[in-house]
Amino acid sequence: MATITRAHLAEKIYAEVGLSRNESAILLEAVLSRMAASLEKGESLKISGFGTFSVRQKGRRIGRNPKTGVEVPILPRRVLVFRPSQSLRARVNGLEPTGADDE
Amino acid sequence: MTKSELIAELAAANPHLLARDAERIVGTVFEEIITALANGDRVELRGFGAFTVKRRNARTGRNPRTGEAVAVEEKFVPFFKAGKELRERVNRGRPAQRLADGRARG
Repeated sequence: MATITRAHLAEKIYAEVGLSRNESAILLEAVLSRMAASLEKGESLKISGFGTFSVRQKGRRIGRNPKTGVEVPILPRRVLVFRPSQSLRARVNGLEPTGADDE
Repeated sequence: MTKSELIAELAAANPHLLARDAERIVGTVFEEIITALANGDRVELRGFGAFTVKRRNARTGRNPRTGEAVAVEEKFVPFFKAGKELRERVNRGRPAQRLADGRARG
C-alpha cells in the first residue's frame, strides 16, 4: 500500500498541464487552501464525482478518559465530515461508476 | 462551494492561467486521489488530511422492511480524516476539547 503525497499530485499536475514543477506545486497548494478556506467559513464543499465535505456542529457531551475513567466535558465543536460520492464508493470496490452522480 | 466554483476562484486568482488549465489542475487533483484509492493506496496531505480506504467485513444484514436476513458482502469504503490544521481551522474559536491524556480524537 503506497502513500500518495503532495509531491505526487504536483508531479501529475506538471505532467498533465504543462506548467513548471514549481508552479504546479504552488497551484496544488492554492487548491487545497481554497478548499480549507471554504470549509473554515462553515460552507459545504461539493466536488462532483468525488464527494462532499461538510461541517457539522456537535453539541456538548460528557466524555470519559478511557485510561482513567474520569469524566471530562466535551465542549460544543465543529467537525469536518466527508461523504464519498456513489462513483467514488464504486471505484474503491473495483466497480465502474454507474449512472448519474452529482455529489 | 462546488467544484466549478473552486475552478473559477483558482482561475480568478491566477489570471495568467488559461481557464482550461485551472479546470485541469482541479480535475487532476481529484482524479489522482480517486485513482490512488481505487488502487488501495492512501493519500496523505499534511495539514489538510488523509484519504484512506477502509474494509468493511461481510455481515448478515436485514431488509428493514421485511426483516428478512440478507448476506452483505465484504466491501471497501473511502474515508477522510481531517488533518490537525484543517480540523482546528474548521473549529476556529471553539478550541477542541482534548482528553486528559492529550490524544486528539477523530
